[in-house]
Amino acid sequence: MLRLEARPTPSTAALLLSPVLAIALTLLTGMALFAVLGFDPVKTVAAYFIKPLDSAYGLSELAVKATPLLLCAIGLALGFRANIWNIGAEGQLIMGAVAGSGVALFLRPEHGAAWVLPAMFAAGALGGMAWASIPAVLKLRFNASEILTSLMLTYVADLFLRWLVNGPWRDPDGYNFPQSPMFEPDAIIPPLLEGTRLGFGAVLALAVALGGWFLLSRTFLGFQIKVIGLTAAAAGYAGFNSARITWMSLLLSGGLAGIAGLNEVAGPIGQLTPFVSPGYGFTAIIVAFLGRLHPFGILLASLMLALTYLGGEAAQISLGLPVAVTSVFQGLLLFFLLACEVLIRYRLRPQRAASRRESRG
Amino acid sequence: MTETVAILVSMILAAAPLLFAALGELITEKSGVLNLGVEGMMLAGAVTGFAVTASGHDPWLGVIAAAAAGAAVAAIFGVLTLLLLANQVATGLALTMFGIGLSALVGKPFVGIPLEKLPALPIPLLGRIPFFGPLLFQHDGMIYLAVLLTLGVHLFLTRTRAGLIVRAVGENHDAAHALGYPVRLIRFGCVLFGGALAGLGGAYLSLAYTPMWAQNMTAGRGWIALALVVFATWKPWRVLAGALLFGGFTMAQLHAQGLGLAVPPEFLAMLPYLATMLVLVAISRDATRIRLNAPACIGKLFHPDD
Repeated sequence: MLRLEARPTPSTAALLLSPVLAIALTLLTGMALFAVLGFDPVKTVAAYFIKPLDSAYGLSELAVKATPLLLCAIGLALGFRANIWNIGAEGQLIMGAVAGSGVALFLRPEHGAAWVLPAMFAAGALGGMAWASIPAVLKLRFNASEILTSLMLTYVADLFLRWLVNGPWRDPDGYNFPQSPMFEPDAIIPPLLEGTRLGFGAVLALAVALGGWFLLSRTFLGFQIKVIGLTAAAAGYAGFNSARITWMSLLLSGGLAGIAGLNEVAGPIGQLTPFVSPGYGFTAIIVAFLGRLHPFGILLASLMLALTYLGGEAAQISLGLPVAVTSVFQGLLLFFLLACEVLIRYRLRPQRAASRRESRG
Repeated sequence: MTETVAILVSMILAAAPLLFAALGELITEKSGVLNLGVEGMMLAGAVTGFAVTASGHDPWLGVIAAAAAGAAVAAIFGVLTLLLLANQVATGLALTMFGIGLSALVGKPFVGIPLEKLPALPIPLLGRIPFFGPLLFQHDGMIYLAVLLTLGVHLFLTRTRAGLIVRAVGENHDAAHALGYPVRLIRFGCVLFGGALAGLGGAYLSLAYTPMWAQNMTAGRGWIALALVVFATWKPWRVLAGALLFGGFTMAQLHAQGLGLAVPPEFLAMLPYLATMLVLVAISRDATRIRLNAPACIGKLFHPDD
């Protein structure tokens, strides 16, 4: 039998290796799963993880999918570090998309109006922040768990979006499809590279990752966030304002999720539809953990999980694999990741050797 | 009169899946473990119960299989959080995502297959009492089971030695450990029980409430069940009352749609979620009351050597 023995100090090697180990274990389990489902494991893994990346367009699509994940996960990670569990990024993303779409649809711009896109980005951020401020108020004023309230608000946001695209915002010339009219060209983010769907949002997401790193490692606010997360009592004695940190982290994560949502409707989609996000807000939670709540780790993790979306789509088309495989993969990855994290603070020791040492000592 | 009975009965039916899941989570939390994966465990139960029954087996075998499936996925959570000391919040979220994906994958061949509803078991004599008979004694077996489980959980926690030990582990795991109780084993048992009951809640949805399988058919009920436990301040009978209240909200939504109210259906569908938040706020604002009733060690990790 193996037993866990506490390390005197957390292991840096295990810190860096645990995500790699988790990815390897997820792949192995995934291959076993494919075999059970009756697919050739090697061929399926190739179709899932390698095929989508063999072209320049594929690589650009990877960045397109990584953008919303990165935006959401950076915000969430700041909160998770301070023990603020905003798990409603999906809802905040939707409300950002809704608010930005509102600007695009109703402030009909004169041709060439350069302020439309900036106004949409601002509205997207505000929409997400407004939605995230509800759990903040309920937590600080009424002590209600932000985990449950932010999640309930995700269902509400989704229903609200459905109402909009089925009712007041439905395209009158859209053959009754539940979607808004296409945005005006001025309200659509132009692609960075011709022939791809990659827009300005990807650059913004990179800047946000850099900003997140700066905030966490170089500012007093980042220091406060880390202390509150590690020992709330110590933070209290030091006089840190935990209510302010709660506000900050919820508004930041909400605003970034809102921008992510706006970037989807004004970028790759080009209109408001009920399918703004295939669960980016939830997957971002995995991204945050896979990146070990560190902005640069999160950058790598967002590419990894973007690949699971791309691979899922590709495998669905080429092999007829159900889309749900992607969620299974993502859930497995988070399981293995959390399991491997134990190696950072503990090491595995054979039971017998350990007890012999104890009897000697 | 019959219409009143019909409304009240539909309230009871809507309450049952919440009651199962919340009772299970109550025991899990009483032992000091916060498992946020209720939604995932319910889906595992729902799809397993449906698959077993739709494959031609007895529905009760489906119910048992659903409980086993719920417990099986809960076991993953137990190993990760109790043995490998993983963060309970994150592991619970992982369990929910995994449950959503796995149930959609396993359930794919069963989408759109019709199924006979779980048969009603009217209780002789009692079932023939006017008003109360149809209201309380003409249900399917799982409804009676849910009420019996409420009673059982209440008696277990307040009247048995084992229940006292579970509570002790949840209140102070170091003290319980010092007294020689196997803290992790007891918690693992409670996690499995919570999973099994969440599985039953899922099975009630797919076998009785709406006898069919649809991807993500729990629609947030697992999360509502989590809120119910807080709402009930960790007391079984209050869980029953809370579940009925939420059953009422669900029904209000359906009946308002039936009455042709001028409110868009999407807004009516928001009712249970908004009500959950409202109720959570109402109960949580009294911080002292929550602190006095919540298990003191909830969510805290325990390692015997530390």
